[in-house]
Amino acid sequence: MIEMRGVNKWFGDFHVLRDIDLSVARGEKLVVCGPSGSGKSTLVRLVNQLEEHQSGRIVVDGIELTRDLKAIEAVRREVGMVFQQFNLFAHLTVLENLTLAPIWVRGASKREAEDVAMHFLARVRIPEQAAKYPAQLSGGQQQRVAIARALCMQPRVMLFDEPTSALDPEMIKEVLDVMVELAEEGMTMLCITHEMGFARTAADAIVFMDQGEIVERCPPEEFFASPRTERARAFLGQILGH
Amino acid sequence: MSARADVNPMGNPTGNPMLRRGRGALAWLRRNLFSSATNTLLTLAALYALWKVVPPLLDWAFVEAVWDAPGGRACREAQGACWAFIADKHRFILFGTYPFEQHWRPGAAILVFVALYGVSALRSCWRPWLALAWLAGLAMIGLLLWGGAFGLPYVEDERWGGLVLTLVLATFGIAFAFPLSILLALGRTSALPAVRVLCVAYIELIRGVPLISVLFMASVMMPLFLPEGLMIDKLLRAQVALILFAAAYLAEAVRGGLQAIPRGQYEAAEALGLSYWKMTTLVILPQALKIAIAPLVNTFIGLFKDTSLVVVIGLFDLLSTVKTALNEPAWSGHGVEAYLFASFVYFVFCNAMSRFSQRLERDLAHGQRAQAPQAGRAG
Repeated sequence: MIEMRGVNKWFGDFHVLRDIDLSVARGEKLVVCGPSGSGKSTLVRLVNQLEEHQSGRIVVDGIELTRDLKAIEAVRREVGMVFQQFNLFAHLTVLENLTLAPIWVRGASKREAEDVAMHFLARVRIPEQAAKYPAQLSGGQQQRVAIARALCMQPRVMLFDEPTSALDPEMIKEVLDVMVELAEEGMTMLCITHEMGFARTAADAIVFMDQGEIVERCPPEEFFASPRTERARAFLGQILGH
Repeated sequence: MSARADVNPMGNPTGNPMLRRGRGALAWLRRNLFSSATNTLLTLAALYALWKVVPPLLDWAFVEAVWDAPGGRACREAQGACWAFIADKHRFILFGTYPFEQHWRPGAAILVFVALYGVSALRSCWRPWLALAWLAGLAMIGLLLWGGAFGLPYVEDERWGGLVLTLVLATFGIAFAFPLSILLALGRTSALPAVRVLCVAYIELIRGVPLISVLFMASVMMPLFLPEGLMIDKLLRAQVALILFAAAYLAEAVRGGLQAIPRGQYEAAEALGLSYWKMTTLVILPQALKIAIAPLVNTFIGLFKDTSLVVVIGLFDLLSTVKTALNEPAWSGHGVEAYLFASFVYFVFCNAMSRFSQRLERDLAHGQRAQAPQAGRAG
């Protein structure tokens, strides 16, 4: 589903991603973790070209990502993304947020788009909020709307960039529950998170990154029980320590 | 800790319960006007100033005013305001040198303008048919003012003047400058260097010169750029100058709004697969324009009044017809009444725009918390 070969990226002189090789199969769920500044966000944002890579090859769902705008837009239709800051459109109601892309990108009719939107709102368990504006919702509800918004485009891959990091603790669970359900239904997921409980439950593999490189990739039980590298051990020591 | 007069030793409030709880006019006065020594002094000073100014003003404006004065004689002898001047000259002030018998046409045109503004001010009317209504309304105004069809005699636009000219210049000015300004603002923030440089150059050049010089340049230079024999009429030149001028200022207000949009909005829109123009029109501009309502309406109001500068190229808008009306010997010396009347007309339109913008901002707030902190509350 996602293939990255020899991908490098620089921000000016700073080499943020070094020779990345990554494969994500259809239906696979990957959790990316690592210390801050390791390039996790940049890696995930390469998949829908919110960042551009300077060398290497990236192929998503059979479409190669080059500077070609058509290819990028085709990929973005199939890849949904959920952001740490939710990024809901504040001037639209929840329902309008969800129907915007299906109507204007996929060309769906208003009725079809609204049906799909209500379906996914029910999936994330907040159908009654359809007529509200994002500012009137709690953080957990906003993030669930964001997930529903991405799902309304019926993507093949879902990207999550620290989806629960901006939430109050009591709202993290409601969002993680939705993500676990999504995982169980077979969605291909690439998720940056510090929620190790979620990683243990839902991930097929954990990708550990440090200083722009993929250091380790292994199933969660292996990663938590006996990480192979020193850097991974140090990282786990820090986040599991307290 | 010093003893407080308004609480007893147990910490419970003392004094008149009615005043303390703050109900009633007395309590309001005490709380808002006489709450401290300084405030009391200021209140008294303000009351004194009002007493000195308001009764004489009312006396001049209404009690001693002359409402009807054939030939102007009664006005010269009276102490009060000479509103008879306005009554006598109002048709010239409102319609300029438009042919006298045809005055119903610019009058009707003003009514159509007011109707268009009124309908556009209601958000419930913001539907596709509103654009058609505007086109129809403007076509009707053009027909009424120019004539030449349906049995209406033709009146060349050199003869238009007064309030109707001000409304024409302001309405077409705003209607064309606003979309142009959005394009300029988007161009100025564009990634394409050629577009950006052009937009910056335009905005900075226009903002660097006074409107009067833009009007002169349009008036003098435009004929030079055109092929021999092709004449652009004066009104069109003035209109184009006003549009170009306003667009530069409005563009900066729009750009301010654009800059306030967080990067995340762009990213979310792009991640959904929206192209540049769809993202800009569906996600970015609605939010940017909402943020920019205050500076935008500010510029609209300024433009409405800047139309008075067209007098320098020989067009007679509301202010200059008022000034011309004063030149008649029978009525000279009543400048105050004349300019008060003109100010009142401008005020009606500008204040309406201002109120509209406040209501629009309130309506679009969508449950967001108020921007300013509440006075007197902690945290």
